[in-house]
Amino acid sequence: MTNSIGEIENTDALFVIGTNTTENHPVIGTFMKKAIRNGAKLVVADPREIELANYADVYLQINPGSNVALLNAMMNVIISEDLYAKEYIENRTVNFEDMKKTILEFSVEEGARICGVEAEDIRKAARIYAEADKAGIYYAMGITQQSDGTNHVKSIANLGMLCGNVGIESGGINPLRGQNNVQGACDLGALPNVYPGYQKVANADMKAKFEKAWNVEGLSDKVGLTIPKIMDGGISGDVKFLYIMGENPMVSDPDLNHIEKAFDNFEFIVVQDIFLSETAEKADVVLPAACFAEKEGTFTNTERRIQRVRKAVNAPGEAKADWEIIDDIMRKMGYENNFNSAKDIMEEIAMVTPQYGGITYDRIEKLGLQWPCPTKDHPGTKYLHKGEFAIGKGKFTAVEYKKPAETVDAEYNLVLTTGRVLYHYHTGTMTRKVEGLNNMVSKSYVEISPLTAKEFKLEDGELVSVSSRRGKIEVNVKITKRIKDHVVFMPFHFAEAAANRLTNAALDPVTDIPEYKVCAVKIEKL
Amino acid sequence: MKKVEISINGKKIEVPSNYTILEAARENGFRIPTLCHDERLKPSGACRMCVVEVEGARSLVTSCSTPVRMGMVIKTNSDRVVNSRKTTLELLWADHNYDCLTCNKAGNCELQDLCYEYDIDPLASPYIKYSTNHVDKTNEFYIFDEDKCILCGKCVRACAELEGVGAISFSQRGHYTHISHPFEKEMLLSDCVSCGTCVSVCPTGALMEKTNNKFRNWDIDKKVTTTCTYCGVGCQLELVVHDNKVVRIDAPADSINKGITCVKGKFGYKFIDRDDRLKMPLIRKRGKLVESSWEEAYDLIVSKMKDTLENHGADSFAALSSARCTNEENYVLQKLFRGVIKTNNVDHCARL
Ligand code: SF4
Ligand code: SF4
Ligand code: SF4
Ligand code: FES
Repeated sequence: MTNSIGEIENTDALFVIGTNTTENHPVIGTFMKKAIRNGAKLVVADPREIELANYADVYLQINPGSNVALLNAMMNVIISEDLYAKEYIENRTVNFEDMKKTILEFSVEEGARICGVEAEDIRKAARIYAEADKAGIYYAMGITQQSDGTNHVKSIANLGMLCGNVGIESGGINPLRGQNNVQGACDLGALPNVYPGYQKVANADMKAKFEKAWNVEGLSDKVGLTIPKIMDGGISGDVKFLYIMGENPMVSDPDLNHIEKAFDNFEFIVVQDIFLSETAEKADVVLPAACFAEKEGTFTNTERRIQRVRKAVNAPGEAKADWEIIDDIMRKMGYENNFNSAKDIMEEIAMVTPQYGGITYDRIEKLGLQWPCPTKDHPGTKYLHKGEFAIGKGKFTAVEYKKPAETVDAEYNLVLTTGRVLYHYHTGTMTRKVEGLNNMVSKSYVEISPLTAKEFKLEDGELVSVSSRRGKIEVNVKITKRIKDHVVFMPFHFAEAAANRLTNAALDPVTDIPEYKVCAVKIEKL
Repeated sequence: MKKVEISINGKKIEVPSNYTILEAARENGFRIPTLCHDERLKPSGACRMCVVEVEGARSLVTSCSTPVRMGMVIKTNSDRVVNSRKTTLELLWADHNYDCLTCNKAGNCELQDLCYEYDIDPLASPYIKYSTNHVDKTNEFYIFDEDKCILCGKCVRACAELEGVGAISFSQRGHYTHISHPFEKEMLLSDCVSCGTCVSVCPTGALMEKTNNKFRNWDIDKKVTTTCTYCGVGCQLELVVHDNKVVRIDAPADSINKGITCVKGKFGYKFIDRDDRLKMPLIRKRGKLVESSWEEAYDLIVSKMKDTLENHGADSFAALSSARCTNEENYVLQKLFRGVIKTNNVDHCARL
């Protein structure tokens, strides 16, 4: 998030797109509702009529994958009706004219047709967002999990800058990060192209910097493989040794049949986890890890706040903290870290990671600090791009609408979109083992609108088969008015009926994010 | 903010003019007991525990909902005040169960503590006992025991003002007033999303977590503040530990999440001590995963690493780091693969 959670309740308008906030980020959802009670306007765009839609001034039930069409149409309204922030654009951004041209070539009516909503509603939404003093955009995987997700994100940045909403309090562009520490994992270099702090591996200065800091030679300057490419590497035989710390790709990854093939092909797999997950069952060595309540460390939340994780109880049996295990292996491989605690690791992180330069456990004892926090006396950063963009000038990018990689045809005639439910988390490794949570939602289902159900002669609760070009699963039908006609929704927490047997691994060319949010399926009676 | 001068128990103090008497008192070290007050909620004046005497006022006033005025002379502990609080507690007790002996809230119950402080005789109540024997257990995570409810209204206000759901309300009037879910439906059928915020604020055992953990609140070993392990909001939680076990999760109000949680953060901790947690390393032998020592597991991993490195090179390795692990762990894992193995094939499921 460019801005902070605490700023939400004071905003004048919220534009919520591609996030079911009250279920996926529930406590942020409560602050959004507070903002609405304080008088903020709300625009919601989502193929499912999520809870927030109940409070929306304008609710746009858009087709999955049509975000860019909506955003461009809204920007067309804002430019045509002269509602944009001219001075801000002049002073703080570049490339506006280029984008403007693309936008004006795309009519609101065209956008409405692609999104499957009324043009007038798009106009209303655009005016609400543009006319508010401080307006924030909130989005999640509904935006990024598209085969051209990078463009969806750029398009959101365009809208934010167009109205001068970036770099102000209670405004901003706010991706809500899914897992508890996805922000921190990215910050600390769990990505194939960057060292901690987003310092590029291909940059010779960075290579030299880390060789010195780690006291090693010959770091690779070749950008590494992303998960989908790692799986391809498994199948081709290029990748032989797979090491997995606390992930469960056997449920979470797209096109599971493909993943299974890769797993059968890796020569050696090591998995560290707290339970024998579907992925651990495939491993050659499984190492027992401590869970969050059994170790020290930090997580970085979606507002970039680095907060403490503290040990409350002892780990079961001989389980160890993940960092201890890795540290042991490094020592046995001949490398000595001299880490005696998680605190020692944070000291090294602060030395090599500019954004974390001022972080120490002492400083975050009571309240976490928000990065960038470059020095020991820096107070942390509540919202980004104040006065000036981190990169100098904000750059508009002309983005054109592109169809999803897979569209419906005569055979696969429904659009499938996937997501989470309130009571579960990710692949369910933890939540499905908590009795109460599992009782609330114990098995997968497919949501279908009453009209679509009628068309396919399906009854509520009926067991059906859902198949895509990649796989087939059996689930129960759940008829609900909350979903758009001819779109179906499935949660992805359930290994035994994994939605990801169906999803498409079509990747965004820049980020390699798979297109979870759109694929074509058919439903058959059993 | 303009300041006003007031006097509390004979001491002159200056406070901002928008303060309530309660805020002025607390900030200056005068204790006033409360039951229905919560800084995050609008004052309601429901419980009358916080009454104080104001010179010139005919009746006692509720300090949580009365703003200060210039020159106010306040007594927080006069006989009149103490007697009034006693009567309040006796009335509350009259409608309350007698089961402090087995109540999980005992030792952490604001009603119990105040009855103790004000010497309430549990058996000598001058009021007629009224009980409903109504306990709603339909919610998966918590129960509502009507006979322990003191109608302070904190749950109603917290659900509406903090959680923004409004699943609970007061129903009927007078002696029959009670907390209920819409249309007297069972909790399970209400709009409740089981966030547990009402359970966190309830001063008595009326709203209480369902639990198999038997522990007394005075036996709690420690409370450890930490960050929720589920979503990216990063709520601050307090793990309550008894006998090396997390037995409850509290939500401190002075945190980024303002003491609000969701169902996963508040009630989703029971995976921690499950029997099927991994406790020993496992090694695949003849197709099956069998227990091994750490040494054996490490030796196998390291020899396989060295072999692979020698025969196939660094880029035949790949590592999946984790958005569920800590910053420190992510750092160390990428350091192993970049610094020791010398490959950049490190990723995690940020995208998923
Ligand atoms: S659990 Fe949450 S939603 Fe349910 S009644 Fe309590 S405060 Fe309201
Ligand atoms: S249930 Fe608890 S919080 Fe709610 S009114 Fe009764 S005593 Fe107060
Ligand atoms: S309590 Fe709920 S909203 Fe808060 S971090 Fe945990 S999962 Fe997210
Ligand atoms: S605390 Fe003031 S009336 Fe309850």
